[in-house]
Amino acid sequence: MIKLITVAGPPSSGKTSVIIKTIESMEGLNEGCGVIKFDCLSSLDEEQYKKNGIMANTGLAGNLCPDHYFVSNIEACFSWANENRLSTLVTESAGLCNRCAPHLKEVFAVCVLDNLSGINTPLKTGPMVKMADVVVVTKSDLVSQAEREVFRFKIQMVNPGCTVLFVNGITGQGADRLAMMWQGAKVLNTTENLKLRFSMPAALCSYCLGETRVGEDFQIGLNRKIKL
Amino acid sequence: MDVDVLLKKPLKILLCDNPVIEDFFSSFQIEAGREEKSFEGLVRELTDGFWEENTTNPREFVSMFKDFVTGVYALENTLKIESLDVLSGYDKYKKQEVCNLHLKPGEITCVVGPTGSGKSRLLEDIEWLANEDTPTKRKVLINGQQCDNNMLAQYGGKLIAQITQNMNFVLDMDVEGFLMLHAQSRFLPNAELVVKEVIDLANDLSGESFTADTPVTFLSGGQSRALMIADVACIGQAPVVLIDEIENAGVNKKKALDLLVSKEKIVLMATHDPLLILLAHKRVVIKNGGMHKIINTNEHEQKLYCELERLDHMLQTAKDFFRNGNGLKAGDSLLKFNYD
Repeated sequence: MIKLITVAGPPSSGKTSVIIKTIESMEGLNEGCGVIKFDCLSSLDEEQYKKNGIMANTGLAGNLCPDHYFVSNIEACFSWANENRLSTLVTESAGLCNRCAPHLKEVFAVCVLDNLSGINTPLKTGPMVKMADVVVVTKSDLVSQAEREVFRFKIQMVNPGCTVLFVNGITGQGADRLAMMWQGAKVLNTTENLKLRFSMPAALCSYCLGETRVGEDFQIGLNRKIKL
Repeated sequence: MDVDVLLKKPLKILLCDNPVIEDFFSSFQIEAGREEKSFEGLVRELTDGFWEENTTNPREFVSMFKDFVTGVYALENTLKIESLDVLSGYDKYKKQEVCNLHLKPGEITCVVGPTGSGKSRLLEDIEWLANEDTPTKRKVLINGQQCDNNMLAQYGGKLIAQITQNMNFVLDMDVEGFLMLHAQSRFLPNAELVVKEVIDLANDLSGESFTADTPVTFLSGGQSRALMIADVACIGQAPVVLIDEIENAGVNKKKALDLLVSKEKIVLMATHDPLLILLAHKRVVIKNGGMHKIINTNEHEQKLYCELERLDHMLQTAKDFFRNGNGLKAGDSLLKFNYD
């Protein structure tokens, strides 16, 4: 009986701060809430969670694609949450190539974007934004009202059905709304039948298998040539 | 808007009438600007390679287009607000607040109280159309009505435009291009005219002039603030404008407020500046996180405003006097800085 929430977003967009503020802003959410951070090479976020009294763990994908790593480990995370008697499990993952999204069907999906990162970010971030239930915009206290409105507009063009929330990761302003939405997230009994909202890339080429040499002769598998 | 009708229109005409839809096509690398065929015609002609590349199929593609169009046009609805009420909840010590706050368009209200007294909580409650679901348990009514879920989804988070001291423009665009982008996202019919109006008004507010091709990131603090105010007044969607501490921004404050009032905005100001406080129609005093008192600016205070303005002017003249390298000599009095 666990509420699972997937949080994704580009690196340094403020995911950790948003998660911490959201957990803090809701009475009772802190107890029984754990976070698992998915990252590639290194992550210091686990310590930051622990400093704030939140149970946390880290999964490093190393030389694997982090989104593949996520989807092949989500069941283990669920068991971890069960063993620790958690009622809410939040997964945090940094989107890297923006090709995939860790969002699962019927699992509450959050995408975090940085308002400072340019007007086309919602469009470039792909399925992470497109497949999310809520898109959280951070650092919007530093930009003009007009830029906020245009950013929201661009998000709704990519994902017309989502809720856009402006959350300040430092003061926590707006986080209580997100917490309320988390509380309404669906409770899962098991990870059976979970499905990704968006398929992972149809690709397996020699470079996936560790090839480093450049050149036609070394390219085996699925390749696509650039049209110039 | 009937989406099914749009599906049958030639793309050329469709995009001419609705330029924002172009974004949908460009995200799929389709150049639709000159196409004679309709959306349905386009879908028929797209190849298997296209469907494979974008991991979609014709049915899904059409429904994506429909979602896009309905989503985009849903944003267009703006709320006509005739009144906004904040009904009392509880302060930090769980004591019942002693008053309600009534706001209406064209009226300026100051929010006063020491730092940390709960000013921003009040504004957040308005922003989210609180319905006894925030820590203060306040309730916000629009036009005397409680907001239903539908209204919340449509207007939640879009009610308040904010202008604060630490806001900056971050986009790499010139003033005109930037304002056009904002105007288009609001579906304003005569965008060019509105953009020109905004630039003229901003120049009038700030005193140091800039042109349509100045990059927004090059604007000085005063120019930025002036542009933000003019933009919020003329292009912005929010019926409520919150101004947080703009005293030293190099903007003509009185003109700025007059502009917002003339555009029928509900103006809320968090400030400690007595001049601004007396310019407002009323002020709400926040204490211990609760609304403590509503004070209407009375006639006596309005008279005092002129007195204060004179003092403010003296101070400003004195600042300029010393800034320009002048000195005082024996026999000079402060009256030197007075004006008649």
